[in-house]
Amino acid sequence: MAEAGRRRGPTGKPRYSIFALARNALSYHENWQAAWRNPEPKPAYDAIVVGGGGHGLATAYYLASVHGIRKVAVLEKGWIGGGNTGRNTTIIRSNYLWDESAAIYEHALKLWEGLTGELNFNLMFSQRGVITLAHSEHELKEMRRRVEAIRLNGIDTEVLDTAGVKKLVPIINTDQSIRHPVMGGFIQRRGGTARHDAVAWGYARAADDLGVDIIQGCEVTGFLKDATGAIEGVETSRGTIRSKRVGCVAAGHSAVLAAMAGFKLPIQARPLQALVSEPIKPVIDTVVMSNAVHMYVSQSDKGELVLGAGTDSYNSYAQRGSLNIIEHQLAAACELYPIVSRLRVLRTWGGIVDTCPDASPILSTTPVEGLYFNCGWGTGGFKATPGSGHVFADLMAKGRPNAIAAPFGLERFSGGYLIDEHGAAGVAH
Amino acid sequence: MMLITCPYCGPRDDAEFSYGNQAHIARPADPAACSDREWAEYLYFRDNPKGPFAERWMHAAGCRRWFHVVRDTNSHAILQTYRVGEWPDPAILGGEGKS
Repeated sequence: MAEAGRRRGPTGKPRYSIFALARNALSYHENWQAAWRNPEPKPAYDAIVVGGGGHGLATAYYLASVHGIRKVAVLEKGWIGGGNTGRNTTIIRSNYLWDESAAIYEHALKLWEGLTGELNFNLMFSQRGVITLAHSEHELKEMRRRVEAIRLNGIDTEVLDTAGVKKLVPIINTDQSIRHPVMGGFIQRRGGTARHDAVAWGYARAADDLGVDIIQGCEVTGFLKDATGAIEGVETSRGTIRSKRVGCVAAGHSAVLAAMAGFKLPIQARPLQALVSEPIKPVIDTVVMSNAVHMYVSQSDKGELVLGAGTDSYNSYAQRGSLNIIEHQLAAACELYPIVSRLRVLRTWGGIVDTCPDASPILSTTPVEGLYFNCGWGTGGFKATPGSGHVFADLMAKGRPNAIAAPFGLERFSGGYLIDEHGAAGVAH
Repeated sequence: MMLITCPYCGPRDDAEFSYGNQAHIARPADPAACSDREWAEYLYFRDNPKGPFAERWMHAAGCRRWFHVVRDTNSHAILQTYRVGEWPDPAILGGEGKS
């Protein structure tokens, strides 16, 4: 992996530092170099990544930095980070039940821990801890079992009792007479949050520095195949671009791309909504999620409470959902955190997530040689961004999955080796 | 927010309904004769079109009966609702959404 200090690509961007900040203050911050170029697409590349979200940009960055494949294009139909990367609730954790999941999410978390330095971009990565609440005796017992499984994989996690939760989250209502009383929970202290936009921008800047072309406003409209059926390139709204190696990282629109390429994915596109309150003084310095009442909360550095819930039940590409989901999550928020009842909702929004039958992602070769898919992250892709990009770049570079990616192939659906993370994922996947 | 017309009860808010995904999926007549791939197709692989989609809904807070809806997944427009045993209008469903 490239070290931050040595990374100096064709564009030779100056490093961000306190000295650069001071120097640029003298010119009223009017002379900062653009963080990435805005190039015209070339006729051909060594690799094409379809989708300029965090996962796609990370893939391009690791293709260039780890595998030395620098003639790479990232094709984004809108603007980078404008899809689910900019719409999620920014929660990062690796406390998953099954070994396969633990391996990929912990790989991601370890990359997160050094990423701000590596990318020379402040991701505002904050390991403020992630608490998952238990609301029943049964849930608490299941949680103890899960904590032991997670610890066996070398991942930090511990059980909390009600007093332990209250100590970390003073605003929480621990009255045992409410409908879903807080009976304890578990915490991953290395979990936390990061600035979602910065992840896209940091990867984009670092990838651009290594020569990757980030092409925005460029929608893929079809795939080119040669006589043997192998991938030869893509048709786009900005012309034909050729490559024998194409990776699709399009989240909600993965099924649309797969249909263009001539096969089906076991994926359904669903709306996932989130909302923020008006900003208030700091009241919660950790992340708290609850599977039973379908709600999770953290506080942004601006002071907004960031609330998320589960997906809407129906298929959609509309980037919006139904109001009853928001009503439900606000009812849960008011019961668990009574002080929020007088807060106003500042804004709500939705993104389209690519849900898989086993709530685990797909990192896979496809029936089309040279075409790879990274999708199915559903409601929980943000936390995996660096790990997903890292192993997917490896898959694209070598044409076969490494040990971390192998269990997540498309063949698991006919082989019966599903990685069922519905339980560990809960709502706040 | 959608207004879905239950063929039995009339127009109601979508919060009253539960979702049953793609409609008109036939269980293989002889499951034991299916290959792993065919069985996986039946269990896990569904159409996921951006546009008109024939799907199953159940009026959970009303008559609790299953019925069918053709809905545009890009605009949420309800294009047709019809009872079990009936079929979507091909003019409405278009090329997409068929299994």
